Amino acid sequence: MSDLLYSEAEDDLRAAVRSLLADRADPAAVLARAEAAWEADRRAAGGGRDRGADGHAGGAGPYDPALWAVLAREMGLAGLLVPEKLGGAGASHREAAVVLEELGRAVTPAPYLTGAVIAVEALLGCGAERDEVAALLTGIAAGRRTAVLALPWPTGPWRGGAARERAAATVRARPGGSAAAGRLTGAVSSVADAPAADVFLVPADDGLHAVEAAAGAVEPVTPLDLTRPLGRLVLDAAPAVRLAGAEVATAAVERALLAGAGLLAAEQLGLAEWCLATTVAYLKERRQFARPVGGFQAVKHRLARLWLQQVSARAAARAAADALARGAGDAAVTAAVAQAYCGDAAVRAAEEALQLHGGIGMTWEYPVHVYLKRAMSDRIALGTPGHHRTALAALADLPA
Amino acid sequence: MAEQTAPQADDGAAVETAEAAELTRRTREFLAAHPPAATERLDFLRARFAAGLAWVHYPEGLGGLGAPRALQAVVDAELEAAGAPALDTGRTGIGLGMAAPTILQHGTPEQRRRFLPPLWTGEEVWCQLFSEPGAGSDLAGLATRAVRDGDAWVVDGQKVWTSGAHHARWAILLARTDPDVPKHRGMTYFVCDMTDPGVDVRPLRQITGEAEFNEVHLAGVRVPDAQRVGAVGDGWRVAQTTLMNERVAIGGSRRLPREGGMIGVVARTWRERPELRTPDLHQRLLALWVEAEAARLAGERPRQQLAAGHPGPEGSAMKLAFASLAQRASALETELLGEEGLTYDDWTARRPETVDFLGRGAGYRYLRAKGNSIEGGTSEILLNIVAERVLGLPAEPRADKDAAWKDLPR
Ligand SMILES: Cc1cc2nc3c(=O)[nH]c(=O)nc-3n(C[C@H](O)[C@H](O)[C@H](O)COP(=O)(O)OP(=O)(O)OC[C@H]3O[C@@H](n4cnc5c(N)ncnc54)[C@H](O)[C@@H]3O)c2cc1C
Repeated sequence: MSDLLYSEAEDDLRAAVRSLLADRADPAAVLARAEAAWEADRRAAGGGRDRGADGHAGGAGPYDPALWAVLAREMGLAGLLVPEKLGGAGASHREAAVVLEELGRAVTPAPYLTGAVIAVEALLGCGAERDEVAALLTGIAAGRRTAVLALPWPTGPWRGGAARERAAATVRARPGGSAAAGRLTGAVSSVADAPAADVFLVPADDGLHAVEAAAGAVEPVTPLDLTRPLGRLVLDAAPAVRLAGAEVATAAVERALLAGAGLLAAEQLGLAEWCLATTVAYLKERRQFARPVGGFQAVKHRLARLWLQQVSARAAARAAADALARGAGDAAVTAAVAQAYCGDAAVRAAEEALQLHGGIGMTWEYPVHVYLKRAMSDRIALGTPGHHRTALAALADLPA
Repeated sequence: MAEQTAPQADDGAAVETAEAAELTRRTREFLAAHPPAATERLDFLRARFAAGLAWVHYPEGLGGLGAPRALQAVVDAELEAAGAPALDTGRTGIGLGMAAPTILQHGTPEQRRRFLPPLWTGEEVWCQLFSEPGAGSDLAGLATRAVRDGDAWVVDGQKVWTSGAHHARWAILLARTDPDVPKHRGMTYFVCDMTDPGVDVRPLRQITGEAEFNEVHLAGVRVPDAQRVGAVGDGWRVAQTTLMNERVAIGGSRRLPREGGMIGVVARTWRERPELRTPDLHQRLLALWVEAEAARLAGERPRQQLAAGHPGPEGSAMKLAFASLAQRASALETELLGEEGLTYDDWTARRPETVDFLGRGAGYRYLRAKGNSIEGGTSEILLNIVAERVLGLPAEPRADKDAAWKDLPR
């Protein structure tokens, strides 16, 4: 049976990440930065390459580089899943999930799910003993490099091969001078955290390649969720290093998407927690009819139900992280359950938070909408709840 | 049930201790002295109680060894492997799950010695005389009076929805001893002898056709003061122990494997009867399966927290979740069965001693599960409790807190 609790070390990790984010990335700051990044992209797209008054250059994304330096480099969190011999922490999905809960709670724009989970898993799936792969993992663990898997979102697991093929269909490889070096041509739409990438892991017709970000072009897309930008990656005979052949690449992508889906649930739990805690606090203060609004039973019951949902979401997310960490035989089932449950839980918590804040919940200034947009995007990103339930029909032997 | 709340042995490091090894040794020694195959069931259970292997977290001399609760699993695993007789928890659930923890916590040494051994072995069955026609959710408003008369109390009133009163030897009873103070302060908690001539048990037939619960009329019932549990006027506080344990017992204190609850019944039917499948039912089954699995895992966390010595508020959520899941799973099953869903196994007005969810048809499950969100505190009341005690939201304004009970509008 899985361990569904948090260890003392995990509690300490949470406390460290939480206090860092509270200092450096309160929701108002996150929103201001995200909006500035979008404005800068728009200006850049309109031809002006100038920096705005906010100092943002087009293509930089909503990230806070100084914050990422602390998270990735100083705290070593980008390398949680990287083996120790490559400079990583050799930790597990349980710790990575704790980090994601906190990043979700603060809706922090950071390429963590994409760079430190999905890309790392894809690389591990290519074989960490290979020099090209090891070099990339070492760079990620040191917080020097950020890799992003160039798959168009939404992309769910369970059809990893199909997902890879879809991307591959749009990217073609032409062999270069050596077996490993070639050139890639094509485009991949909706690559999440594309602006954060130093290097893209690109599935192509003959396997998985590494392409330096500078060798391709990223066209910004206006995202529903400004805190996790999307980009269209365009490659025109870009120099590439092949990391794995077609078969290994398929398995590596499958593995990456499974871990991504399982751990996205932790982020969704964090989003839901913030929404409930903030709404409860607000409604204890907000008075109408000469009483705190949080004292009306219709409201109390809605909040109590959100709490119940959070209890189940936490258990489901924790089970998925633990199963991934143990390499458990039912990791696929727990990940599907976690996504099917937590995807809806986060959206519902955000929707209820908005409604129960009244007019202020509709304002740009108040951060509920940032959570709503993230929650809605998350519910689509790595497969909708319906997609994961359908997967369970096969995984849990409940055929149509 | 109290003796079953202990997690299984692989739940945590807590059990990998010298204490666990010692318990294993004791249990094996006990089994050698009382081989299950050669020992009468009752003799075995009595000896097990005497050996302190009944509920190890109870004190020595009362069926336990003062050991951590989580270690019960070690004992249970040994006993089960040896084919030891199991408790009939269906009949004795109220005793084990509610009366016992209350008597342990608030009873006198004499009461514990007198009541706990036959309660645990199942020789004496217990029922719960709390709810009244005028006091359900608002239990503290109850009107059954207990008046002091020498070294006894004379009890008059009516209780209702009393499960198992027809085969109970004893009852836990909450009665009003002081109508002149606010309602929460004027109650006292007793143990009532169900064989007293003033106790009249009448069956109440329920929607399933059977009469699992009863009306109990109390007329001049004499309860010795020695059967008072806790101080006079302290009944509400004592009853909290009962109610909290009741919710844990109903919420599912036992560890479930995947598909262990009502969802498993539906899933099996689904697999065995492909001809019943429709796309709509498939979607609903998958959605419910996900929810049931999330709730099962959510029920596992409080157990692990308890074993690790850090109980959290999550336990209070489980009764709500399981009630709703049992209702929806059994409804889905009934609908899935189609033509068979139109039928019912048996409307005979039986007087069952246990609730047999799995041994009966889908229609019975559907109907009986309706009670899950009413018995032991309704889901609405539990949502109030979560909102106020877990989330810290303000209570509704109320007029009944400070006025004397006798002055409240009824
Ligand atoms: C199968 C079964 C077995 C039982 N066994 C026993 C037993 O052995 N011993 C025993 O003592 N009792 C037993 N009960 C009784 C049970 O505890 C009560 O039925 C329950 O507490 C509800 O009380 P009530 O029936 O008076 O409903 P009421 O309290 O009248 O409630 C009616 C409705 O109003 C709602 N409501 C009430 N107050 C509020 C509020 N403040 N806010 C929002 N909604 C509210 C309720 O949720 C319910 O939906 C049993 C009940 C059932 C169904």
